[in-house]
Order: sequence, then structure tokens, then C-alpha cells
Amino acid sequence: MQERVRLTDAQINRDLLRSIFETPKWYFLLVGFLGIIVLLGFAAAGYMINRGLGVTGLNRPVFWGFFITNFVFWIGISHAGVMLSAILRLVQAEWRRPATRAAEVLTVFSLMTAMTMPLIHAGRPWRVMYWVFPYDFARGVYPNVRSALVWDPAAVFTYLTSSILFVYIALVPDIAVLRDRTTGWRHVLYSVLSLGWRGSVRQWKLQLIAGILLSAIILPIFVSVHSIVSWDFGSAMSVEGWHSTVFAPYFVIGAVHSGVSAVVTVMIILRWMFKWENYIRMEHIDALAKLLIVVATGWFFFFALEFIFGLYSLEGPEIALREMQVFQMPWKALFITFLLTSYVIPVSMWLVPKVRRNIPLMIFTTILVNIGMWIERFIIIVPGLARKQNFTFTWGGYTPSLVEITIVTATFALVTMLVLLFAKVFPLIPLGDAKEGMILHDEIKIGKVMVPAVMREE
Amino acid sequence: MTNKSVLGLFDNADTAADATDVLLAAGCAQEDFDVLTGCPYPEGAFGEKDPKHHIYVFPLIGALMGLSVAFLLTAGTQLAWPMVTGGKPILAFPAMTIISYEGTLLGAVIFTILGIIFESRLPRARLDPYDPRITEGYIGLVVTCPEEKLNVMEQALRNGNAVDIIHEKGRTLKA
Repeated sequence: MQERVRLTDAQINRDLLRSIFETPKWYFLLVGFLGIIVLLGFAAAGYMINRGLGVTGLNRPVFWGFFITNFVFWIGISHAGVMLSAILRLVQAEWRRPATRAAEVLTVFSLMTAMTMPLIHAGRPWRVMYWVFPYDFARGVYPNVRSALVWDPAAVFTYLTSSILFVYIALVPDIAVLRDRTTGWRHVLYSVLSLGWRGSVRQWKLQLIAGILLSAIILPIFVSVHSIVSWDFGSAMSVEGWHSTVFAPYFVIGAVHSGVSAVVTVMIILRWMFKWENYIRMEHIDALAKLLIVVATGWFFFFALEFIFGLYSLEGPEIALREMQVFQMPWKALFITFLLTSYVIPVSMWLVPKVRRNIPLMIFTTILVNIGMWIERFIIIVPGLARKQNFTFTWGGYTPSLVEITIVTATFALVTMLVLLFAKVFPLIPLGDAKEGMILHDEIKIGKVMVPAVMREE
Repeated sequence: MTNKSVLGLFDNADTAADATDVLLAAGCAQEDFDVLTGCPYPEGAFGEKDPKHHIYVFPLIGALMGLSVAFLLTAGTQLAWPMVTGGKPILAFPAMTIISYEGTLLGAVIFTILGIIFESRLPRARLDPYDPRITEGYIGLVVTCPEEKLNVMEQALRNGNAVDIIHEKGRTLKA
């Protein structure tokens, strides 16, 4: 489990600040390319706002399509971050060190992106203010707090604010390192953001407490967010397939499954881009893959429960919906793809130790999971709506339009671009954590062997 | 009598820890010097006392304030437009619980952050005496004492094998 190379503090600074002080040409090319896709997304959203929701594939009775699917997906990705960071901090897992910051940053950017989806979906985004902002706008009517569509922004806003503050407070010591190595306006910026951090015993002590305390507070928020997202569906009384009482934990663990997979994908890409082999080591990828086997199996259990509960109800429309999801095209193809990509292929591969330590295969399997999890959300949302009405002549279908596909594609480019831009301004692996790991690591002799050891304070 | 600070820089933790004994022997009180490091060291590594703080009070206060604000907001908005739906009470407590839960936790997080900043004695306008080498693995010992004792403390830091002595206002003297 221990494959670490002993590094000096100066070497750690040099390696982990490389993304900030040395900019390869491909960086600008990549950011520029992603920026173009994001601009296309903005253009598509602008076109849609100008022309109305008629340019999308949304129509009676399917009014939730790609946008809401994508909203649930990005909310799911955001769960990895803080969950991974918080739980690993609380249990003081040694292998958390390179993963926490990337996970937290992914949380922030995916949450921001998720929040744009309902806004775009609303067609006239400015009107969203009327149903989420606690102000009556001279109409004498306030947002309806009994609606899940108000709980949702409240929860997501809480989670986003908490995640941003969590990332910032953990960044302060690293910003101080940047302050000491920059000049000009960047020095001024980092000086202000570092708040005059010096690294005293008191400050470090409070940093450690902050990590644990905030983790403990954010974990209940994280659980509530995706639970409430599931209630967006669960509280809609007339839609088959949305009623299961296990929806909340099913959504939460699904979010963790897709989120942790996304963190592994990001970590592998960062390791390759910035040559961080000494920090994001194979033992970390291996440990995360083992965690993913557990999470994926837990998620699969809830998936099976949700499906069985639907069938066990013996309600004709519910069973007809399940029959459609599994046996009718195109849902059948999507269902099989979803099962194979989100569980069967990745988990069976992760069970092989060599796969867990193989970079191309790990990136392949973790991307596969997120393809599957996106499809999962799609086949939860759309089929139920398509068969929402009692009469067959009111049934409908859904085909996403080019506008929707462009906007959804742009969200992936947006998150990637924001992570890359963040890496240009702040370190994506906590410097203090990496240095502390070196101090607490040693080799001890037991009998005739030298055993790598990590000391931990209780 | 004005207090002045002087920073002794040490190239490893063991030397810095030994230097704290030299400082104590020279008459410096424990609370008059601080240890600056580039990463967290195990508690007591430099013989320091556990810093006293009240950080755990902050999330509690924040949670109570968040709960109160959320409760008032949810109750107030429903009472402002008292429309009975489905024969149910005006104040829908299950729905209010959800918003109040989020408000409570949001208040707790915001106050925790404020508490961490306040208890860390931040923001701090002046860094002096400070040296960027602290983030390269050097250990800094900052001694704050009356101006007339500064030379004694500086000598104690030198006797403790400081590789560099840095005074306030960034003036650097080679040891």
C-alpha cells in the first residue's frame, strides 16, 4: 500500500505549483477548444430563450428531458467531492491526501453547472426568481415552501455555499505559499486571499479542526441534497416509476457512485497532465477502485430494490412502465447499455487487481460508469412522463433537439474548462497535506524487513 | 515599553524544537514565542501548549441563527398568503422542516468559517517578521518581547543554531 517517494518541501512546492507557474501550449489550446464549445452552448441557450421552448424536443406529456436529466447527473457528480473528502477526512484515511481538493473543486463546478440546468429549462430564466427568491416582488405572493421545487434550490444553494467555503478555507495555507512566490498583481491578489496566513501552531490546529468540523456538518447537507432532488420526482403523484420510497437513498448512493468515478477520472487526467505520479500514486487509484466496488454494489442493491418495489405493487400502469423500460425499443437498448456500463463491466473489471492499477483501463471504466449513470437518470425521468396520462392517445415520446444536445455537451466542456482554469490559479493537490504526509511517513524495521509505516495522531 | 518581534529560522524540526528549550532557559515565556511551519506538525512537536479556542461554539450559534431565520422565513411566507389547500393547516410543518434543516446547516457552516478565521487570528495585516522559506520546510521561531530584551532573545536564537535571524520590517541579518 505504500509506494511513496520521500520528497522535500521545496520539491513538493515545485511539483504541485507547476500547473500554476508553467503553462504548456496544449493548455491554451485545450481551454480555447473547450471555451468554443461553451460559447456554442451559450449561443444555443440564447437561441432557445429567444425562440421559446418549442426549439427543444419537450412537448406534452414529456416536459422534463435532457436538461433535467443533466441537472440530476451534475448534482450526482457533485456528491463525490465533498462526500469523498469529508468521509476520508473524518476517518483520517491516509490515501485521502491527493484526492480531497480535486474532489471538492469538482463538487463546486458541477454544482454550479447543475444549477444552470433548471434555469435554462425554465425557458425564461429570470422568472425563476419569482418561485425561489423569498421576496414577493409587489405581488403579495411568496415562493411556495410546500413545493419540492423550492426545497431543491434551498438545498443546492446551501450545498454550493458550504462547498465553496470549505474549498476556500482549506486553500488558505496554499494561497499563502503562492503569495510568497509571486509578484505584482498576483502577489496582491494572493495576499488578500491568504488573509495574512503565517502557519503558526494555532492556525494549523484550527485548519485541522476546520477540516473535520466542516466535514461533519457538510455530510448531512450532502445527504439532503440528492434526497430532495429525488423528491422532485417522488412528490409528483401522477407519474408512474417515480413513487418508490427508496428513491432518496437510491439517488444518494447513485450520486456517490457516479461522483467517485468522476473523481478518479479527473485524478488520472491530472496525474498525466501535470506529471504528478509521485502524488497521485497507483495505490490511491487502487484504493478508490476498491471503494467503487463497494459503492457500486450498494447502488445496484438499491436499483434492484426500486425495481422490485415497482413490480411488487402489482399496479397495472407501473408494471406496464417497467415492461416498456426493459422490453421496448429504444428504452430496451438504453436499459441494457445502462446496466452494462454502470455496473456489470466496470465492477467485474475492478475485481481484477491488475485492472485497478492500469491507468487506461481505470479511465475507461470510470468514464463508462458515468455514461451509464447519465442514461440511468434519463430512463428514470422520461419513460414515466411518456406514459403519464391514462389514455393511450395522450401518450407521448421524446427526442432531444440539437439545441438540447448542444447545451448538454457544453456543460461537460464547462466543468472541464473550469477545473483547468482553477488549476492555473490554485493548486489542485493540497501542499500542506502532501508535506504532512511526508512528515508522518517512515519506515520501521520489524524482524528482518523494513515496513513502510504512517503515524497518525489520535 | 514597546514589544518587538524577531524570527529565527531553523532548517529542521529537531533543531527548532531544541531551540525552544534555549529560549525558555534565556527567560522567554512559553506564550511569548510562536512556531511557524509550512505544514501541520504533530501536537507538542515543539513543546508548545495546546492552543485554547472556542471554535465549537461558533457552529452552534450559527445553527441556532440559521434555524430561526429559516423558520421565520417559511412561516412568514405562508402566513403572508394564507391560502388553505386540501383542508390542510396553513403552516405546513413537514415542508418547513426541510427548509429549516438547510437553513440550520447553512448557518452552522457560515459561522464555522467565521469562527475558524476569527480564532486563527485572521485576517492579519502584517506578516513581519516572516520568511518565505518557512513554506520550503524551514521552521520559524518568532519571539515577541520588550525592545530591550530583543538582543538577548536574538542571541538565544543564534545559540539554538538558527540559520537566519529576521527582524520586523523585513531587515535580514545573517547569523
